Amino acid sequence: MAQIDWRIRRLGQGVFTVLAVLTLSFVMIRLMPGNPMGAMVENLRSQGINPVRARELVRIRMGTDPTKPLVPAYFEYMINFFQGELGYSTFYQMPVATKLAQVMPWTLFVLSWGVFISFFTGMAMGALMAYWEGGKLDVGFTTFAVLMGSIPFYVLAILLLVFTSYRWGWFPTGGKVRAGLEPGMNYAYISSMVRHATLPILSYLVASGIASLGMRGNSIRVLGEDYLRVARLRGLSDVTISTQYVARNAVLPLYTTLLISIGEMFGGSVVLEQVFQYRGLGFAFYQALNQRDYAMMMGGFALITIVTVVALLIADMTYGYIDPRARGGKDESY
Amino acid sequence: MSPTDESADEADATTDLKAAMTDGDTAMTDGGTDETMTDGGTVDSPFEVVSEYEETRMDRYSKYYDAYVRAPFAIIWRDWRARIGFSIVLFYLLMGTVGTSIVEPAGTLDGDSFIQPFNSQYTIQPWGIPEFSLGFWTYTGIWEFPLGTDRMGRDLFAQTVHATPSILKMITAGALFAVGTGTVIGAVAGYRGGWTDTVLSSITDVFINLPGFPLVMVLALLLDVQNPYLIGILLSVAAWGGVARAIRSQVLTLRQENFVESGRAMGIPRRRIVFKDIVPHLMPYVVINMTNTARRVIFEAAALYYLGVLPFRDLNWGVTLNLAQSGGAYYRPDALHWFLVPMFAIIGISIGLILLGQSLDRVFNPRVRARHEKTTVDEEADMGGDEPSTGDMITGK
Repeated sequence: MAQIDWRIRRLGQGVFTVLAVLTLSFVMIRLMPGNPMGAMVENLRSQGINPVRARELVRIRMGTDPTKPLVPAYFEYMINFFQGELGYSTFYQMPVATKLAQVMPWTLFVLSWGVFISFFTGMAMGALMAYWEGGKLDVGFTTFAVLMGSIPFYVLAILLLVFTSYRWGWFPTGGKVRAGLEPGMNYAYISSMVRHATLPILSYLVASGIASLGMRGNSIRVLGEDYLRVARLRGLSDVTISTQYVARNAVLPLYTTLLISIGEMFGGSVVLEQVFQYRGLGFAFYQALNQRDYAMMMGGFALITIVTVVALLIADMTYGYIDPRARGGKDESY
Repeated sequence: MSPTDESADEADATTDLKAAMTDGDTAMTDGGTDETMTDGGTVDSPFEVVSEYEETRMDRYSKYYDAYVRAPFAIIWRDWRARIGFSIVLFYLLMGTVGTSIVEPAGTLDGDSFIQPFNSQYTIQPWGIPEFSLGFWTYTGIWEFPLGTDRMGRDLFAQTVHATPSILKMITAGALFAVGTGTVIGAVAGYRGGWTDTVLSSITDVFINLPGFPLVMVLALLLDVQNPYLIGILLSVAAWGGVARAIRSQVLTLRQENFVESGRAMGIPRRRIVFKDIVPHLMPYVVINMTNTARRVIFEAAALYYLGVLPFRDLNWGVTLNLAQSGGAYYRPDALHWFLVPMFAIIGISIGLILLGQSLDRVFNPRVRARHEKTTVDEEADMGGDEPSTGDMITGK
């Protein structure tokens, strides 16, 4: 057991998680109280479609045959999934895979900027806070971070929307891009895209105040080290010390925290995109949920899971490059 | 090795031990002792030696009182964060228990639409106290709608108060479930190791990898739960994985400690070792995780109600947000308080929980504890120094 490279084991865990989620979604579709598939067949039959045709339609929509025995149906479902056949979305009137491919880039666009910016602001703030430990700035930032940790990101999003969009008119009140613009690499389109994405990004960003708290705790421990005293004696500037000496050591927990939080951000995008009417992955998932569009719902859920698993895998795999001490091949890497 | 060799070894070890015990010198701690104890030898055990000091029952009680009642409260009371956090949580508890019987439930058309908060035109005079004047100030009654009303004329203050019990139930159920499951699974996996660990850790990892919020949404839709306790458990169904992993990695270091090893040598049942010896050492993690999970449950519950995923009969903070949004609180300037009141309710309790969690961490910090158990007057030593807290290590998760 211990002989196997931990990377392979970790990869296996990721694959196992995805399989578990797919199994879960299959079980939900087939066995849940309310029997979504049975309800679907009944619904179609009541519309005057004959039972054989109704079952055929359901098979196309859900990617699995409601009359097949459980085990073959399960394997069929799994095989279909890995061939990219996620069923047919009744709400969007198109294959689930096509819809997901349409909305995914928008969500990734907002999320990646959110992660990117909050990583660097969190790092800089945390390093400064730790460096001026106990000073006014530190107390202020700590209070700020506690406050930001207690404000749910969607509450913040609603407030931002009420004030900056509806009251002051700085930003559009919803949507991904202004209607009627020609998509492409032209200035009008890109700038509209950025304007629409600003508030969602800001919501992710401010919500990461808690990350700088974690940073603070770690930096303080680093600050005790002798080499920092030497750096100070050498007359290096505060900025150099806090970025080159403190931040490099304190960035480690921040890095994993952030990659782990990508999964939670995807979850959060369901709420956030609803607030901003930003038609990305989360929005589509929520619509599917509301409309009882089971194929779309499970497809979206599976996609979110896969992205989360991949993010966590990257976090684990790359940690060794950031922290040379972790290259020993330990089982617990974070 | 033949059986005779083994018994010879045992005899050697026995004489070693006896010598050590009679000499009473430090040789007791060397390797010979361990071998004797684990192979089930029949020698006198040093663990059966009774303390020469006698402890009366009073002594023990006063020690317990000092350790579990006085010191924690002394520590909590010393820290401003703790005082504030404790008061806030207490306030919400009172609101959820006493408050609901004092404040009338909100009803439609109790007042006009969109009465602004703190509006002095609408007042009532409770308990029949008439108007009176103190010269500089005239009492005319208290606000009838302290936090204003919504579009249907329902009192927002009463809505907030009457939503508290169900939210508190969700928090309690969710936090207890997630932290309880996480602690048990993490501790067992870490202590037993081997196949148990492999299986339990794999399950834990799957749950950590799961995107919690979408999962909860799907489950909430399919299961159609109404009971607040069940909703709390549902919301934290994906939250225990993180707790289990943190606990497991702590147990992995603790299981090598001397006190655990001696417990094993004495043949104490595994369950007792895990839950009586190891888990108490992890209380800081457990408590901090509990407050974090509680916060998470509130956030997720409010979000689900706001999105309209969970079915509801009564108004609560999330439902109020939902109604405010569909009622046009975005663009109606006179309806802003409809958003703000539930928001402040959510933010208030989570500030309380964060502060309480951070300060409870200090209660379990052995260094801070020791200082308070010996003397309670050692004020200065604790003032500026910020002990490295366990909270910093596991922030946010």
